[in-house]
Amino acid sequence: MLSGGDMLIRALHDEGVDLIFGYPGGAVLHIYDAIFNQDKVDHVLVRHEQAATHAADGYARATGRPGVVLVTSGPGATNAITGIATAYMDSIPMVVISGQVTRDSIGLDAFQETDMIGVSRPVVKHSFMVQKAEDIPMVVKQAFHIATSGRPGPVVIDIPKDVTDPGETFPYEYPETAKIRSYSPPTKGHSGQIKKAVEILMNAKKPIIYSGGGVVMGDGAELLTKLAQKLGYPVTNTLMGLGAYPATDKQFVGMLGMHGTYEANMSMNDADVILAIGARFDDRVTNSDVSKFCPDATILHVDIDPAAISKTVTAHVPIVGPVVPVLEEMLEQVNASKVQIDEEALAAWWKKIDHWRERDSLAVTPAEGEVIKPQQVIQALYKVTNGDAYITSDVGQHQMFAAQYYHFDKPRRWINSGGLGTMGFGLPAAVGVQLAFPDAIVACVTGEGSIQMNIQELATCNQCALPIKIVNLNNEALGMVKQWQDMQYGGRHSHSTYADSLPDFVALAESYGHVGIRIEKLSELEEKMKEAFAIKDKLVFIDVCVDPNEHVYPMAIKGGAMSEMFLSKTERT
Amino acid sequence: MRRIVSILLENQPGALSRVVGLFSQRNYNINSLTVAPTDDPTLSRLTITTIGDDRKIEQIIKHLNKIVDVAKLVDLTEGSHIERELLLIKVKATGAQRAEVKRVADIFRGDVVDVTPTMYTIQLTGTSEKLDGFIQALDGTTILEVARSGASGVARGEKILSL
Repeated sequence: MLSGGDMLIRALHDEGVDLIFGYPGGAVLHIYDAIFNQDKVDHVLVRHEQAATHAADGYARATGRPGVVLVTSGPGATNAITGIATAYMDSIPMVVISGQVTRDSIGLDAFQETDMIGVSRPVVKHSFMVQKAEDIPMVVKQAFHIATSGRPGPVVIDIPKDVTDPGETFPYEYPETAKIRSYSPPTKGHSGQIKKAVEILMNAKKPIIYSGGGVVMGDGAELLTKLAQKLGYPVTNTLMGLGAYPATDKQFVGMLGMHGTYEANMSMNDADVILAIGARFDDRVTNSDVSKFCPDATILHVDIDPAAISKTVTAHVPIVGPVVPVLEEMLEQVNASKVQIDEEALAAWWKKIDHWRERDSLAVTPAEGEVIKPQQVIQALYKVTNGDAYITSDVGQHQMFAAQYYHFDKPRRWINSGGLGTMGFGLPAAVGVQLAFPDAIVACVTGEGSIQMNIQELATCNQCALPIKIVNLNNEALGMVKQWQDMQYGGRHSHSTYADSLPDFVALAESYGHVGIRIEKLSELEEKMKEAFAIKDKLVFIDVCVDPNEHVYPMAIKGGAMSEMFLSKTERT
Repeated sequence: MRRIVSILLENQPGALSRVVGLFSQRNYNINSLTVAPTDDPTLSRLTITTIGDDRKIEQIIKHLNKIVDVAKLVDLTEGSHIERELLLIKVKATGAQRAEVKRVADIFRGDVVDVTPTMYTIQLTGTSEKLDGFIQALDGTTILEVARSGASGVARGEKILSL
């Protein structure tokens, strides 16, 4: 016999959860007592509920296992919303348990009462309000099933305080399966459609594979690499898909989209067949006018979510299904196919692509004297970590530089908020990643704007002794906002600068018990980065002063086709 | 184009708000909405009428299908179907108008379900178009109150929406 609170923790353990992220408060005190009384499920105390969700999110992205969050009612629940929305936009499996006021006070505007089911509704895959303690095991089972199957996403479980009352106990049995009659995500693709797609793919003259976050989250990276290498076709990854195909391989043409490489965007624009897999034709890829998007291409679209297909760009051959079984079947059919790939056409296509590559759109022009370009910091980071670190990022210019200059060869190494674009994501996400992989190198690439949105997590890092390396690209401004103001608002920097009021990040890090290092000169960049990464047992806050006037290029021209880009402050296509 | 989507929905607290929320969240229109439990009390049947081109309707249906509480749905307008709506209308009925209102109601096969010396309450069922026609035909009179149920429907023939 167990109380509701004990049942909840026991059910989490039975679900295979060994770590949750949370923050206590009135409505979840019974649950926290249940946590205290056992040693199977560990709990990490964050310093703000938003950070709990990002930490769980980072944990989920790095491991593939669902992240679990526990927050109290009212402000605890509403603080978690940004993190839930972040996970929802990037299809991250997450279960968020929120406390609620007692059943008899719901609707009476009780202290710390919020309609969490209502507030979270647009940003969850599903949610449950637990009506009675006996339902807890089945609700937990169903929540994890929904969060992790189909297109993954966050699920909220709202639990009124009296349901977890230690004074009332019930028999406990964890169900083996989650029976949900109205929920059946696809388990494989339609064979006829796959056959049709493979035929078009093999007859292509100017093909490209455009793969997204779905390939990373669906553990399809290995199969995608096999398929691409079997075909010999160029591959581009979305921001969310980086690492799904090894970036250092010659078939990789770089990231596509708003800040994609010249060769990736030109190849897309010129392609006759696009195999889109686990990607959703996001507006950061297609640019604003989809009628100009890749006009000559036949589009083969593989996605687990039927609603993602033909949402913005019409798919000629839609395939609904999980990436792994679809890619397996594609590979089989490619191997069995009698169609000969037109090697001559493919060679001509590669020649064209290599010509675009020669433009070297990511070339870094060093600044004068000792001024550090932000791109050079990422290049140094790549070198110092041998390209094998987990990189979390915040949102802004630094995020794009990290995506462009850290060449991810493995999936689940690049952890960023792509869909919602949540500043403040990077540090708490790094907390989740480092806890999942205590011995791995985890670096958070951030800026002085983003880092201040969840800077309080430096305390969590101290309490958990996490040796995260924070790489702060400090340009004393909200760089991406400033870049847009430079390009579209006549250089009027409305509320995007604050150089006179920045904290001393080194002293700040030290006051939280960490090591702070400031890098101001290009000549000392690599050496000091090495020094920082040599400190294995401490968090190091590396505050790097970078060129405040740098812009991210290439940059898509608003309303244009994929072939229309600014390549620098003075050049455009 | 006007579409009628019928949905079997888990009869759970909050399920209806997920459906309605989807429409506002994704900027879709709801023209009318009816909902009531079916013979199986664990299931509700919803009928939504909405307006959109094929692309929009396809998206609406895909997104509705993604809602965990949605067990099954059908776009009735894809095939031949029967739709009915109930109208209760209070009309001023004095002097010469009293007979005229009754006559129009008779033509539309409406029933007078409540009477006072100055008004009639008329009940009418039919397609939404027929109800629109009736209200138009009462143009010359003073309409005091209109209560419409919204359309409800089933497919013709042996096609059945059930689990």
